[in-house]
Amino acid sequence: MDVTLKVRRFNPETDSAPHYETYQVPANPMDRVLDLLHYVKWNIDGSLTFRRSCAHGVCGSDAMLINGANRLACKVLVRELGDQITVEALRGLPLAKDLVVDMEPFFRSYRSVLPHLINDEPAPDKERRQSPEERARYDDTTKCILCAACTTSCPVFWADEEYFGPAAIVNAHRFIFDSRDRGAAQRLEVLNDKEGVWRCRTTFNCTDACPRGIKVTQAIQEVKRALLFRKV
Amino acid sequence: MTEQHTYDVVIVGAGGAGLRAALESSRRGRTAVISKLYPTRSHTGAAQGGMCAALANVEEDNWEWHTFDTVKGGDYLVDQDAAEIMCREAIDAVYDLEHMGMPFNRTPDGKIDQRRFGGHTHHHGQGPVRRSCFAADRTGHMILQTLYQQNVKHGTTFFDEFYVLDLLLADGRAAGVIAYELATGELHVFRAKSVVFATGGFGKMFRVTSNAHALTGDGPAVCYRRGVPMEDMEFFQFHPTGLYGLGVLLSEAARGEGGILRNSDGEAFMARYAPTIKDLAPRDMVSRAIYSEIREGRGAGPKADYVYLDVSHLDPDVIDAKLPDITDFARTYLGVEPKQEGVPIQPTAHYAMGGIPTNVDAEVVADASGTVLPGLYAAGECACVSVHGANRLGTNSLLDIVVFGRRAGTHAAEHAAGVDHADLPDDPSGDLVRMLEELSGRPEGERAAAVRADLQTGMDEKAGVYRTETLLKEMEDELGTLRERYGRVWVQDRSKRYNTDLLETIELGFLLDLAEALVVSARAREESRGGHYREDFPARDDKKWLKHTLAWKTDGGIKLDYKPVVITRYQPMERKY
Repeated sequence: MDVTLKVRRFNPETDSAPHYETYQVPANPMDRVLDLLHYVKWNIDGSLTFRRSCAHGVCGSDAMLINGANRLACKVLVRELGDQITVEALRGLPLAKDLVVDMEPFFRSYRSVLPHLINDEPAPDKERRQSPEERARYDDTTKCILCAACTTSCPVFWADEEYFGPAAIVNAHRFIFDSRDRGAAQRLEVLNDKEGVWRCRTTFNCTDACPRGIKVTQAIQEVKRALLFRKV
Repeated sequence: MTEQHTYDVVIVGAGGAGLRAALESSRRGRTAVISKLYPTRSHTGAAQGGMCAALANVEEDNWEWHTFDTVKGGDYLVDQDAAEIMCREAIDAVYDLEHMGMPFNRTPDGKIDQRRFGGHTHHHGQGPVRRSCFAADRTGHMILQTLYQQNVKHGTTFFDEFYVLDLLLADGRAAGVIAYELATGELHVFRAKSVVFATGGFGKMFRVTSNAHALTGDGPAVCYRRGVPMEDMEFFQFHPTGLYGLGVLLSEAARGEGGILRNSDGEAFMARYAPTIKDLAPRDMVSRAIYSEIREGRGAGPKADYVYLDVSHLDPDVIDAKLPDITDFARTYLGVEPKQEGVPIQPTAHYAMGGIPTNVDAEVVADASGTVLPGLYAAGECACVSVHGANRLGTNSLLDIVVFGRRAGTHAAEHAAGVDHADLPDDPSGDLVRMLEELSGRPEGERAAAVRADLQTGMDEKAGVYRTETLLKEMEDELGTLRERYGRVWVQDRSKRYNTDLLETIELGFLLDLAEALVVSARAREESRGGHYREDFPARDDKKWLKHTLAWKTDGGIKLDYKPVVITRYQPMERKY
């Protein structure tokens, strides 16, 4: 089959505004969208620019807007999309070139929620004990690969780039509900900020966008409840 | 004029080894981590099955058995002093990660859970042992995240999406690196007293591979071009269970949890090849067994060129809890439901046992007599300590990066504390500037992608699981042709910002250099050992070949030399499972 691949392109050195270019790409239904982009880059136009690395959905490099939804280009197949495919850069982050956005605002939010274990008690010689139930409590949010698909699908984030966004809250959740962590109060203080969890309007875009199947909206709701009752 | 930076230590690469090194180095001296990817995109994150350590949490175990398994698994090419250190330090390395927040799976009494893995046994090979500590089938992801989190906590300085393209040496010691900033196209000179390479593997010289697009061997290649030899390049691991057609890794954990390989007759064929541990034999043996089945007509599918990984008999809850990602890969990419049917698999180029030669302190050793190149360090897959010998055991890569990453960071910082910066010219980037200008200015010609595709196909067919003098000679000649074509490769993107077209072209040059070192080393080694299998020399030959290969790039071609294997307590024996 042939796919009509429409790509929103932008070269900051020569273009005043983004424009669309269309390519006819030979494909089979089991090809990834990433394969189509590579076909163009490797056979038609070497200047087509996008990030990618692992090509099987675990490194988080190639999140982009594909037929109107945030997806990883390496995890969505042609058979799910048909022969008309439109690819654009993620929304809400500054456009750098073609499908590449500036990730720095995203990582800044991530860093601001203290995304690391906080526990100053002396560590035992062996492991800290944690029951399978305690471990399961935060399992879902450990899956995050920081691809930004959730945050850049959030209408609140589009309107207000200071909003931490779902991914940062997911990574706070991962520690707030870890029985070994002692930093919940500190972290909840950060999230109680005017740009914190209260801006979430539960539109569920983030949950739909997550390529790892994390229940993002639920995690945000759990953080809100923890803030209300100051108890995890 | 390029931008100049000065640090005590620069660490190149931000996967597990680089991030672990950075935690040690940053608290001892001014440290910069330079990475061509955002750290969390590193391929450590794709590792699935676990990290072995003889914690004995679920059954009797000790680190000496682990050492023995590592040495035997590596077909006795392992440096045994290094393996002892790795297996002994494994235990603290796991606890250390746990204390950093690593979310290991747990036993009912709250300890770190452990599972079986290929080649890991109790009592020196008497049966499989539960030694692998894991976090579902995303152990590498969790280690990468945990180490990155700790670096965020400690305020490590990162230069993300900076490609290191040259190593600076002065007065016979490391003096820094030169990096290309992806966002701007500008060069940056990093002067440093110690340089640590932790850039991972180079599986992208093969077509069917589990490796990320980024794995082009940049670190080893820039060292190689500056006169550092490459050790044991002929030993490349082909993982038995890559997703058919794609090469995406399906962890050995699937077999550790009870998964079975079956041929087109449905037969569990590994029982014929490794009667004691069957599907948990080391990877080189399982990959050859799969190809034997295919060659003898028992492959499945329209081309009879794959076998099945069958987990359909496992408890569906176990699959969901312990193997969620790899079952998801089978569903997503092949449309196969592993709970009901076998998953088509084929061996996939997975791991470089060889690389930059180092000693147990991660110092780079530049000759056959162990002379240290002061200030230069390497750790992880890009290095060759050698703890993996001729074939790495599953889980020992995650262990390697944590143990030797830590050692590299500590020793690099301690070295830096005792020396001054080497003298360098005001702007040492001349060679690199000329290379970039020459590449960018070429007229329309060959496409890098076409040359790379031919390299990958050639390497699969001629330097893969089965090798012969004829095939290797053909590949060596073909590399000459590919190199000529590379000289005509055209960079179509003429812009400065985010020029990935230019960088892919440079990366292809690295792959060509390393492929040549691999093929020449493989052609010389007239025996079969671990991942290096010569059909024309099918037996291991300890008399002639119990030694490490060193390959230098010289103007007159590749020069080879050899150095002895360190043997402490295990004399080579026949390798049976």
